[in-house]
Amino acid sequence: MAGAKEIRSKIGSIKNTQKITRAMEMVAAAKMRKAQDRMLASRPYATKMREVISHLSLAHPEHSHPFMEKREVKSVGYIIVSSDRGLCGGLNNNLFRALVKEVKDLQESGKEIKYCLVGNKAVAFFSRVGGDVLAQATHLGDVPRVEDLIGTVKVMLDAYLDGSVDEVRIAYNRFVNTMTQDPTVERLVPLPEPDEEEGEKLRHHWDYIYEPDAMEVLEDLMSRYIESLVYQAVVENGACEQSARMVAMKAASDNAGNLIDELELVYNKARQAAITQEISEIVSGAAAV
Amino acid sequence: MAMTVHVDIVSAEGELYSGQGEMIYAPAVMGEIGVAPRHAPLVTRLKPGDVRVDPGGGKPMEHFYVSGGIIEVQPFRVTIMADTGVRAADLDEAAALEAKRRAEEALANRSSEMEIAKAQAELAEAVAQLQTIEKLRKMKK
Repeated sequence: MAGAKEIRSKIGSIKNTQKITRAMEMVAAAKMRKAQDRMLASRPYATKMREVISHLSLAHPEHSHPFMEKREVKSVGYIIVSSDRGLCGGLNNNLFRALVKEVKDLQESGKEIKYCLVGNKAVAFFSRVGGDVLAQATHLGDVPRVEDLIGTVKVMLDAYLDGSVDEVRIAYNRFVNTMTQDPTVERLVPLPEPDEEEGEKLRHHWDYIYEPDAMEVLEDLMSRYIESLVYQAVVENGACEQSARMVAMKAASDNAGNLIDELELVYNKARQAAITQEISEIVSGAAAV
Repeated sequence: MAMTVHVDIVSAEGELYSGQGEMIYAPAVMGEIGVAPRHAPLVTRLKPGDVRVDPGGGKPMEHFYVSGGIIEVQPFRVTIMADTGVRAADLDEAAALEAKRRAEEALANRSSEMEIAKAQAELAEAVAQLQTIEKLRKMKK
C-alpha cells in the first residue's frame, strides 16, 4: 500500500503549487487593471505626438535638427523594453525572438548593433548571448517614472548625436488586449514618416512658423517626443506583463487542477485494489479454516 | 455653415477634447494666439494658462487649463499637447490659492537659485489657474 501514500503526498504538493499560482493570478489581475489604466491614459498623448512628429518630418525647416536628418545607416541602436520579473509566459521571449531575427539580418548586411536595455529580463538575456550594451535601467517598479528612464535613453541619443549609431529603434510589447501582446519594433530617430494618406496632403514644400525660434521649439519638441514615446513603450510593456502573467498563472492553476484530478483517480484505484485484495485474503483465509 | 477645424487637446493623463472648432485661443509663450481654420502651419510652446475652443454653431465656449505644452497648427488640424491639463470647470480655486501662497512664501525665503526658479514656475502656474477660474466666472454671469 506504499503507492497510495506517495500519491497522497504528491497531490498535497500540487495543491500547494496551485494555491501559489492562484494567488499570483489574482495579484496580477489586480495590478493589470492599474497598469492598463495607466497605459490608456497616456496613449492619446503619445499617438498625437507621433502624428505631429511625422508632420514635422515632412516640413522643410531653415534650422534642421539632427533627429530630422537621415544618414547612411552603418550601425543601429536598439532600446529594448522588457519586464523585470519572469513567470509571465512567453512575453519576453517572443520579443527577443522577433528582435534576434531582425538583428541577424542587419548583422549579415554588415551593420553594427548597440543596445540600451530596460528591465531585468533583457539584461539577463543579453548577458547570456552577448552584445554591445551601452546602458541599462532595471527595477522600475509597477509605476514607471520618466526620470528613471531618461538616463538610459539619453545615452542612446548621445550616441546618435555623436554619430556612433545612425538610427535608434525601440522594441517593446504593444498591448492589444489581455490575451494578445504584440512584439513591436519602431524607429525612434530619425523621425518616422507619416502614412501615405496623411503624407499626401503635406507633400508640397512648406514649413512651420516657429515661435520664438525654430531651434528652441524643435529642441523642446524632440525631448518631449522621445520622453513620451519611451514612457509609453514602458507602460505598454507593463500592462502586457501583468496580463501575460495573469493568463500564464491561470493556465498553471488549471493545469494543476487537471493533474490533481488525474492523481486522485489513480489514488482511488490504488485504494480500491488494496481493499479488494484485503477482503479476498480474509475470505480465502476463512475458507481454509 | 462657418468653417471649422479639427481640434485635439491631449495631456499626459488623457484626452481632454476632440472635436470641431471655429476658433481656438491658446497661451503661447510669445503671447496669446487665436487660431482660425486654415491657419498657416505653426508650432510653438505654451505657457500656463487657459485654452478656449469655440465649437461654433452657438454652442458654449469650451474652457481648459494647461500647465504648458506644445501646440501644432496645420491648416486642417490643430493639436494641443499639454503637460498637464484639466477642464477649466474642474479647476480647484482653493488649491490654486494655496499653491500661490506656498510659491510666494518660497520666493520670500529665497534660498538657492534652483529653488527660486522652481517657485517662480509654480507661482506662474497658480496665477494662471486663478485667472482661468476668474475668466470662467465672468463668462457665466
